[in-house]
Amino acid sequence: MSSNATPSKGAPVKSTGLHVGEPAPGVAKVDPIIVADNVTRTFGGLKAVDVAHLEIPRNAITALIGPNGAGKTTLFNLLTGFDKPDTGTWTFAGTSLAGVPSFKVARLGQVRTFQLTKALGLLTVLDNMKLGAKNQKGENLFRALLPFLWRKQEEEIEAKALDILQRFKLDAKVEDYAASLSGGQRKLLEMARALMSDPTLVMLDEPMAGVNPALTQSLLDHILDLKTQGMTVLFVEHDMHMVRHIADWVVVMAEGRVVAEGPPHDVMKQQAVIDAYLGSHHDQDLGATESENVEAMKELLHDED
Amino acid sequence: MGVDFWQILMNGAVELISPTTAAYALAALGLAIHFGYTGLLNFGQAGFMAIGAYGFAISTLTFQFPVWAAVLVGVGASVVFALILGVPTLRLRADYLSIVTIAAAEILRLIFTTNTFDPVTGSANGLSGYKGSYGDPVTREGAWGFAGLNPFPKGSYGFGPWVMDEYNFFLTIVAWVIVILAALLTWQLMRSPWGRVIKGIREDEDAVRALGKNVYFYKMQSLILGGVFGTLAGMIFILPRAVVPSNYATTLTFFIYTILLLGGAATILGPVVGSIIFWVLLSIVSGFIARAQGAGWLPFLSSVQAGQLRFIIVGVVLMLLVIFRPQGIFGNKKELAFVK
Amino acid sequence: MEVTGLRRRRLPALALTFIALLLAMLTIGSAPATADEVGLDEYDFKVSGLVELNDKPLAGVELVIEGSGFKVEVESGDDGRWAVGVPEKGDYTVTLNEETLPEGIAVIDPEDETPNVREITVGQSGSAVANFFIGKGERNTVSWGQQLLDRVINGLNFGLLLALAAIGLSLIFGTTGLNNFAHAEMVSFGALMALTFAVQLALPLWLAIIIAIVLSAGFGFTLDAAIWKPLRRKGVGLIPMMIVSIGLSLALRYTFQLFYGGEIRQLPFAGMADLKLGPISLSPIDLASMAISLVVLAGVAFFLLRTRIGKATRAVSDNPSLASASGIDVDRVIRIVWIVGGALAGLSGILWAYFRPGVSWDMGFQILLLIFAAVTLGGLGTAFGALVGSLIVGLFVEISTLWLPSDMKYAGALVILILVLLFRPQGVLGRKERIG
Repeated sequence: MSSNATPSKGAPVKSTGLHVGEPAPGVAKVDPIIVADNVTRTFGGLKAVDVAHLEIPRNAITALIGPNGAGKTTLFNLLTGFDKPDTGTWTFAGTSLAGVPSFKVARLGQVRTFQLTKALGLLTVLDNMKLGAKNQKGENLFRALLPFLWRKQEEEIEAKALDILQRFKLDAKVEDYAASLSGGQRKLLEMARALMSDPTLVMLDEPMAGVNPALTQSLLDHILDLKTQGMTVLFVEHDMHMVRHIADWVVVMAEGRVVAEGPPHDVMKQQAVIDAYLGSHHDQDLGATESENVEAMKELLHDED
Repeated sequence: MGVDFWQILMNGAVELISPTTAAYALAALGLAIHFGYTGLLNFGQAGFMAIGAYGFAISTLTFQFPVWAAVLVGVGASVVFALILGVPTLRLRADYLSIVTIAAAEILRLIFTTNTFDPVTGSANGLSGYKGSYGDPVTREGAWGFAGLNPFPKGSYGFGPWVMDEYNFFLTIVAWVIVILAALLTWQLMRSPWGRVIKGIREDEDAVRALGKNVYFYKMQSLILGGVFGTLAGMIFILPRAVVPSNYATTLTFFIYTILLLGGAATILGPVVGSIIFWVLLSIVSGFIARAQGAGWLPFLSSVQAGQLRFIIVGVVLMLLVIFRPQGIFGNKKELAFVK
Repeated sequence: MEVTGLRRRRLPALALTFIALLLAMLTIGSAPATADEVGLDEYDFKVSGLVELNDKPLAGVELVIEGSGFKVEVESGDDGRWAVGVPEKGDYTVTLNEETLPEGIAVIDPEDETPNVREITVGQSGSAVANFFIGKGERNTVSWGQQLLDRVINGLNFGLLLALAAIGLSLIFGTTGLNNFAHAEMVSFGALMALTFAVQLALPLWLAIIIAIVLSAGFGFTLDAAIWKPLRRKGVGLIPMMIVSIGLSLALRYTFQLFYGGEIRQLPFAGMADLKLGPISLSPIDLASMAISLVVLAGVAFFLLRTRIGKATRAVSDNPSLASASGIDVDRVIRIVWIVGGALAGLSGILWAYFRPGVSWDMGFQILLLIFAAVTLGGLGTAFGALVGSLIVGLFVEISTLWLPSDMKYAGALVILILVLLFRPQGVLGRKERIG
């Protein structure tokens, strides 16, 4: 993908034929990048994640959705080594990742972003970007003292960073501290930084949360771009418009389990998904989160795109 | 009877380049690596300094090691100390490191103070007699230890307020050369990709981890490097005086924090200039208080009480700095010195 | 909520070996201090010591200190301590007059022909310590079981008084996130106020203690109102706040020294003779101290568990923004926590003055790390954890003197702190999730 590519304005091309057999929780994929088995994690007696079997298709955009507290972020943390499961195994591109620390997971090409953006505020935008590059010679304490060993690589990294920043329209901010960016710009920076390591799988935790609507479309286009560049995307999102618009495959979680999966338009009509969003408590008072869920549900059902 | 302001200023000027100022600058530079750049809350810098002091003195006195070996022993012990502190705590939340480092530094001080090891540590009295000897003024026969390495002929050096004998002249030069080398080393590291990772860890270690960096390993390197600076500072600190265990109390660490914050925690020059300002001002202020008291200007204070005022001043300055100018004198206003 | 950083390894064999080595190296020794003093004001240099028999101070023992053409005599005080001022650095001979020891007791040291004479050097530090090994020929006349029992009782007493300070510190940490280093000075403040009113103004002790505690509560309130509340308003981060508390601690400590001087003074009734209660020997002061601690701790527990404001306090500790959203006046809760914390710290200081015994300007700072250790051991921010942690620290400090030299007993407690963090970083009662 070159830097002059214009974001696609029409409906994105969806990948289809990802699964083998009927779409159901745990269905096998033609070409899975992540295969997880029997992954559980409890917090003080509460089962936050309890996934029997899950496969994430390669070179597609998969959305992980579900009501608040469904265990989506916890599953993210487990898959990326930021948390340890009670039980379970999973592989990434054929490599077992159970017990592998988070930084090694990232080195294998599985990078993530965070729900609460983690732009490194007191580093410049450019330094944020450069930090993302892999295998830097100058990151060794002793080689760091001998600039001639890493200067050339540093220049290459800088060129790459500037190229990506241009695509993300952050090139005017190169020398600014990341702390001075707006919330949406920080989200963009975090995603751009993740791309510096040439990942195979990009995991985005609520990429749309708190983003100014003006930036939404550009973020969506960037995510679609990732797929055209051959990457796989797995994202957690509440925004149903986004899910419908760009996801090739949707995995629905509730109470720690995968309750449904399938192509977006099919999966949202399933009873299990409706139950998951409305919960078994809809006879009780609707709290703030529950009414949000109802809103989400309405969006799901009135899917006239 | 008045107050001799000129003499007070001259005494302050002496501190400008004194080895003690250099020692504090170096210790503060180590703390800048820990706290200012990496965000590690090391409250045990006094412990690293004590290891330098005792490592050097004990190696020289008990084992008759030459200077280079005594220095190596101190540095080696400090690396081991950093590993002991870092292995259990660098994976935990920041305040755990502060508790463990402050506790470990106190344990060291208690070990150096206890009567149990008196033959080696000198217990509460500490150690002296490790400075070595110049030997014969001409033939240098009998020269040993640090003083024995002195290349300058016997005599008086310097000018104005900075007149010293050949030992202090040599020591002052060695001390400041070490400080300058350490500052250059830190400067080079912090503009390298290594420094970028370190500063990233200060901002958010999970983000850096998610980018494939072994955060734990980098934090350990930072802890060791800054600790070794503290250890070298401990050695410089004892060369003009004796080793006394009560010098290595927690208050020493807090003084170094004051120096660091005075200059700016995430700067190279800050710790050095902070130390100079700290010692020159402290000398001038306590000189003034002592003389003012002697001249009867402060009738409500005894001479001992006047000596305590300076600690109160340090405490208040530390508070005011943190509240009103957290970036220090040299820090960038935008690049506030603190980790969240 | 991220739960990272918890991945600790069991590999720190290095640390364990080091700590085991330290423990193994320790044998005997004793603590330096000042008390029955001669010429300390006249001279800058000092020789001091402690005359003890099996950890019990011996009073009225005569010593002669001679050297540098100077000679002085001194008698050990009620707490067994003595100190003399000497005019210059140099070598001195300290001779203990064995005639003044109780019947059948002597200075013993198998490797020394004249064990009652010791040579010491006043060096760079300006002071030296001369202690003697005193016993009945065969040492350890008190059975090991009896010693253990004594240590356990002492440890409980110490642990309870630590708990008073630790719970205050823990409540402040829980509600505001502040690691308050100036808590040490709140402890000293209580004792110094008791000294002022009970000794200098000669009020009845009970009245002096009540006034001291009220003033301590007011001190806590003032610190919050004058410093911490404005800083919270200003949005100052937790680590800067902690460093502010360090500066405050330094300034307050030396202000205390400015006003009260460097010496150690006793509160009324300190050093009362022990009562025999079956196998236990305790002074009435110890008994009263433990009783007061227990009653006050029960009161704090009642406050936290049963009262509206106590429950609000725990809610704020748990989740300040949620508590605020549910209508709790967080500022009021924090204000009350500072008042209660101040009062508890002040009381703890008074009891600590009886336990050591003595009041001094830096007495709080001497136990600050033990208080932090107690809070951390129990689990940061949990009030009941602080109580458990304090008891562990108190018992460990006292019991460890059966094996450790008494001038190393605090080191032992700090080693335990590090070991606990190694294997159970969330503390004894803390929840795992909290330390991520």
